[in-house]
Amino acid sequence: MVEFVLPKNSKVTEGKTYAAPAGAKRTKTFKVYRWSPDDEANPHVDTYNIDLDACGPMVLDAIIHIKNNIDSTLTFRRSCREGICGSCAMNIDGTNTLACTKPIEEISGDVRIYPLPHMEVVKDLVPNLNHAYAQYASIEPWIKTKSPSPPADRERLQSPEERAKLDGLYECILCFCCSTSCPSYWWNSDRYLGPAILLQAYRWLADSRDEATGERLDNLEDPFRLYRCHTIMNCANTCPKGLNPSEAIAETKIMMTKRQG
Amino acid sequence: MAAHKPRPLSPHLQVYKPQLTSAMSIFHRITGIGLALGLPVFVLWLLLLAGDQPTYDKFIKIAHTLPAQLALLGWTWAFFYHLCTGIRHLLWDAGHFLKIKDVYKTGYIALAVSTALTVYVAYQYLWVAS
Repeated sequence: MVEFVLPKNSKVTEGKTYAAPAGAKRTKTFKVYRWSPDDEANPHVDTYNIDLDACGPMVLDAIIHIKNNIDSTLTFRRSCREGICGSCAMNIDGTNTLACTKPIEEISGDVRIYPLPHMEVVKDLVPNLNHAYAQYASIEPWIKTKSPSPPADRERLQSPEERAKLDGLYECILCFCCSTSCPSYWWNSDRYLGPAILLQAYRWLADSRDEATGERLDNLEDPFRLYRCHTIMNCANTCPKGLNPSEAIAETKIMMTKRQG
Repeated sequence: MAAHKPRPLSPHLQVYKPQLTSAMSIFHRITGIGLALGLPVFVLWLLLLAGDQPTYDKFIKIAHTLPAQLALLGWTWAFFYHLCTGIRHLLWDAGHFLKIKDVYKTGYIALAVSTALTVYVAYQYLWVAS
């Protein structure tokens, strides 16, 4: 449902300010969204002034620097620090991206950091992804076949051209930057699958080895699941891996039309 | 375990950077609504045109007031903008111009063309017709 303003318990207030260490020459201000389930306070934005000479080049380095040196209660997800796990997806400087691949120097002025937009917050920068994962499961993201399996020492074959159709699809790391940048997903995530899941749905539609194309399209033939995509294009604009969910969704819609003859 | 307070919803419109993609999308909708609201006025105009002279003159007099002129200019732009972005949507649905670079290019073209057509119509009205 479209709700432009945040619910009462989600309104963001001003938080604490931490000064830069004395003698710091190159400082940068980080404004970070905070919320804890353990007190009664509303979400607030804490301000951390950081000595850039004591910190690595990426936004994730700065967040880890804050946790290690300034405020150990700051909570966030991170793992690979090289853009392949998708854990540190968050809203940085107004758009969604991975903190580990976003250089601090690309951001002019204060660095504003929020959790992925329009998500239930578990704590600080950690959104609840249960619903998104359940939506992923709903498209049955595995190969489905009817023809007899090849012998145990052989694979299902695919030509280089058929394999090329999966480029731009298989690279998705399910960080959900795209889904949470999509206004349509903000308002209708209960029923609309969102760009990340629809890109994955198309990944199996486009796979020449998969033999369940008909059922997969049946499952998507719904005014909400697929057709809430209005080609807004925020998804492709924000994807930290340079993928294009909108294009995959357009291809899916074309497949839908074509099969009606 | 003690019951937790309800979890908040993370900020969305409040923090997300406005960009050409989402801005042009919402304006496609707004102009669509604007055109739907303008349609009865247009129909009224045609109805009065088919009616008697004094009533039509009265309508034209109102239409020449500044607020009405601004509304007509707005509707003219809304019409051309919705037309251009509508064609853009059709091209997308046919599978064209879906790369981000092309999305921006066609976006700027739609903005330029709709503005140019609006200026052209306003020019025709203000200088050529009068």
